[in-house]
Amino acid sequence: MRIGVVTFPGSLDDRDAARAIRLAGAEPVALWHGEHDLHGVDALVLPGGFSYGDYLRCGAIASLSPIMAEVIDAANSGMPVLGICNGFQMLAEAHLLEGGLIRNDHGLFICRDQGLRVANALTDWTGGFAAGQEITIPLKNGEGGFIASADTLERLEGEDRVVVRYVGMNPNGSLNDIAGITHARGNVVGLMPHPEHAVEPGFGPDTDDAMRSGTDGITFFTSVIERMLVSA
Amino acid sequence: MPTIVVEVMPKAELLDPQGKAVAGALGRLGKTRFTSVRLGKRLELTVDGHVDDAVLAEVQELADTVLSNSVIEDVVGIHVLEAPAGETH
Repeated sequence: MRIGVVTFPGSLDDRDAARAIRLAGAEPVALWHGEHDLHGVDALVLPGGFSYGDYLRCGAIASLSPIMAEVIDAANSGMPVLGICNGFQMLAEAHLLEGGLIRNDHGLFICRDQGLRVANALTDWTGGFAAGQEITIPLKNGEGGFIASADTLERLEGEDRVVVRYVGMNPNGSLNDIAGITHARGNVVGLMPHPEHAVEPGFGPDTDDAMRSGTDGITFFTSVIERMLVSA
Repeated sequence: MPTIVVEVMPKAELLDPQGKAVAGALGRLGKTRFTSVRLGKRLELTVDGHVDDAVLAEVQELADTVLSNSVIEDVVGIHVLEAPAGETH
């Protein structure tokens, strides 16, 4: 099982994503934005960061990268694709996911361990969760406010395409507390919080049991591995 | 060489935290007659050659697809910048 992680100029969390993939039991494959080659991977992660310095709009220039042509084709053919934070912004800019991400309503960058509720446990990336399960993973962004037109929002809700919602507090003004969504087939998921930062005891969010012991994020990666094994 | 200006603004119905922050600063300076500020972008595209309808159509398309994101922004203006005095065409 090989999962590609695309590095763009300004990516920050590509190595953490690769590490999460390895800890989950798959082989991470480093991919470069300037290529037109997915190196035969089975799934893809677009990692967090500040590609192109967030110039123009977050994720906008990266969404025009050479490799995005292959990413979009693969996503439309059913390959699992996870966009985390800046990767979510790229998926929105590439129109693989609906809606958009705008500056946090309070105007500040925010970094915290964020409570989430899994709203859709049927996607390729969330199959290992129970519907309604509450998890905690880090959130860190300045432009994480999810917005969409009233029609789009109604459709996303009606088609169960909200994947995770903020619980406890809405950290950025996202409509309907939306932290992540999927497209119609459930293979493409984008979310603002960072599952790859909560995959190893000692380095995750605090839990009731112990400091930094939170590993709720690993399930995103084990979910896609299990899903691919079933369909293989 | 001619320059085409593209102006992009956050959609009117969306909260504009940058504009709001600027408005707050103006308020703190005592500039109370300005009740709100909205902050957008101006892009200048320098054109190699003459600007004709085809070029303007191309800019319009780029403005709608690349230079702005219609989910969160509106293109509010596209115009050709007048050449500065003294510049020859």
